[in-house]
Amino acid sequence: MPKQLTRPRSAGPLFIAPFMVLFLLLFLAPLGYAAYLSLFQEKLVGGTSFVGLDNYLTAVKDPQLREGVVRVATFFVIQVPVMLLLALLFALALDSGLLRLARVIRLGIFVPYAVPSVVATLMWGYLYGPDFGPFAQLSDKLSLPAPHFLTDSWMLGSLANIVTWEFVGYNMIILYAALRTIPADLYEAAALDGAGAWRIAWSVKLPALRPALTLTLLFSVIGSFQLFNEPNLLMKIVPDVIDSSYTANLYAYTLAFTSQQINYAAAVSFLLGLVIVIISYAFLLTANRRRPA
Amino acid sequence: MTTTTPPASSVVRTADPAPEPSKQRRRRPSQRRSTPLTIAMLAVLAYFLLPLLWLLIASTKSTQDLINSFGLWFSDAPQLLTNIRDTFTQDDGVFLHWLLNTLLYAGVSAVGAALLAAAAGYGFAKFRFRGNGAAFNLVLGAVMVPATALAIPTYLLFAKVGLVNTPWAIILPSLVSPFGLYLMRVYAQDAVPDSILEAARMDGAGEFRIFSQIVLRLLAPGLVTVLLFTLVATWNNYFLPLIMLNDSDLYPITLGLSSWAAQAQNGGAGASSDMLALVVTGSMISVVPLVVAFLLLQRYWQSGLATGGVKQ
Repeated sequence: MPKQLTRPRSAGPLFIAPFMVLFLLLFLAPLGYAAYLSLFQEKLVGGTSFVGLDNYLTAVKDPQLREGVVRVATFFVIQVPVMLLLALLFALALDSGLLRLARVIRLGIFVPYAVPSVVATLMWGYLYGPDFGPFAQLSDKLSLPAPHFLTDSWMLGSLANIVTWEFVGYNMIILYAALRTIPADLYEAAALDGAGAWRIAWSVKLPALRPALTLTLLFSVIGSFQLFNEPNLLMKIVPDVIDSSYTANLYAYTLAFTSQQINYAAAVSFLLGLVIVIISYAFLLTANRRRPA
Repeated sequence: MTTTTPPASSVVRTADPAPEPSKQRRRRPSQRRSTPLTIAMLAVLAYFLLPLLWLLIASTKSTQDLINSFGLWFSDAPQLLTNIRDTFTQDDGVFLHWLLNTLLYAGVSAVGAALLAAAAGYGFAKFRFRGNGAAFNLVLGAVMVPATALAIPTYLLFAKVGLVNTPWAIILPSLVSPFGLYLMRVYAQDAVPDSILEAARMDGAGEFRIFSQIVLRLLAPGLVTVLLFTLVATWNNYFLPLIMLNDSDLYPITLGLSSWAAQAQNGGAGASSDMLALVVTGSMISVVPLVVAFLLLQRYWQSGLATGGVKQ
């Protein structure tokens, strides 16, 4: 902590007040309101009535919700390690000083982050297309069977590819930025001790990347559990592969806006948010505990 | 590259208020460049740029050519300008409307969010007051609440108070950036020296004047980082507008494009439908502003991200 400022200042709360007021109104109030709504149920007879935790009990037993959660969890287990490993490798390659055109490569890999996920999904949707997508065209020319990206068995992989394409660069930039702040004397000391490039990467760079890796992993947990845009847009192209409960979030959306089950949708959103917060928190705690003092 | 010209960022970085030691510019001139690694990374780069190249080429084609010609090369009759004109004149110029809406939502949200986060970050970093730690931890916990899990509750609340289907429904939720606050607090801690604050107070400057004339300038790279990333988040937002807006005149570009794409999908079988070319050209146009913004402002957001990613 920096030393106490000479005079007590009353301006501090004034600087944080605007943010905190909006935070209360736009963050805590919606959550509170959703929690309140989730305790009621709208019945055909007798209107809305208080049902306690009934909606949550229904949600826990709901096979469609479970299917969505399991699918998102599968997605997370496969996509996030691949994405972060690629981001790490690219960041290390960029930082190694061995690359020509490093600047062009760095920015080029990052560019997809600036592309709206709607556009990314539309693009990949056309590229995947079995009729006039370039992959199908190419395999047609070579008289090979066309890759069926948009079928049931390939879909999760095709979605993972879109998300990876969008976010590898973002994670790479965070890791790369962290690598650039490692002081040069550490490398000199390691080199004096006879460490090679791989040894330096493993023993100097990776430990220094720990906080940045924690950050990227945390954002990836949060990001992949809210998977919505990509499946929602691909659903219009292949409605028989992606149904309205394909991911947990898509299901919550369908509940609220298609089947108008507002109270149940509130319970499901609240539950999903809670699960993610608990997972992220548990993850942060373990990451911090393992950190050497 | 035999003569290495120093990248522009190194010039700026020395004038950068961020706590980056000058020894950070480590060049190891003795080290040789690796051709195999460069080739491998260029292959990687190709993967990331290929869809964008496709988009660029596709935006020069008629719907007919999109279906009939090879996707990764130009057709015999490129018609980029025709496509752009058609995109802007379709449905009485609704595309321009969407573009302006996006600009408004993203611009107001980004500037607002960055200023709010900067003021609060500075308040948390440089003032001690009762409840300081508790309030900050509360906000920090909110980083973990996913935006989409919050969106449906926000919709329910906004429906109650009549904010649904107005521009506010998009702008207000984007103003609060917990991660932006976190980043600005970390940034302000180092970038704003206590001695400068003390000196300004000695000179009799008021707290607000100190903030607007001295602190904001020192926080510039962090501010630009929050600004850009909120800009991207709002520009690219799809879920929130999807649930909040019914009126297609209020749509941002993402929602507009997806509604066109749905039309192209439905009428796509008939050769008379031109929608496909419009979707593709519209997508291409919507990508350009953000890519340009990132390229122009790269030195700012890269140093801003460095601070956020290193300290925890």
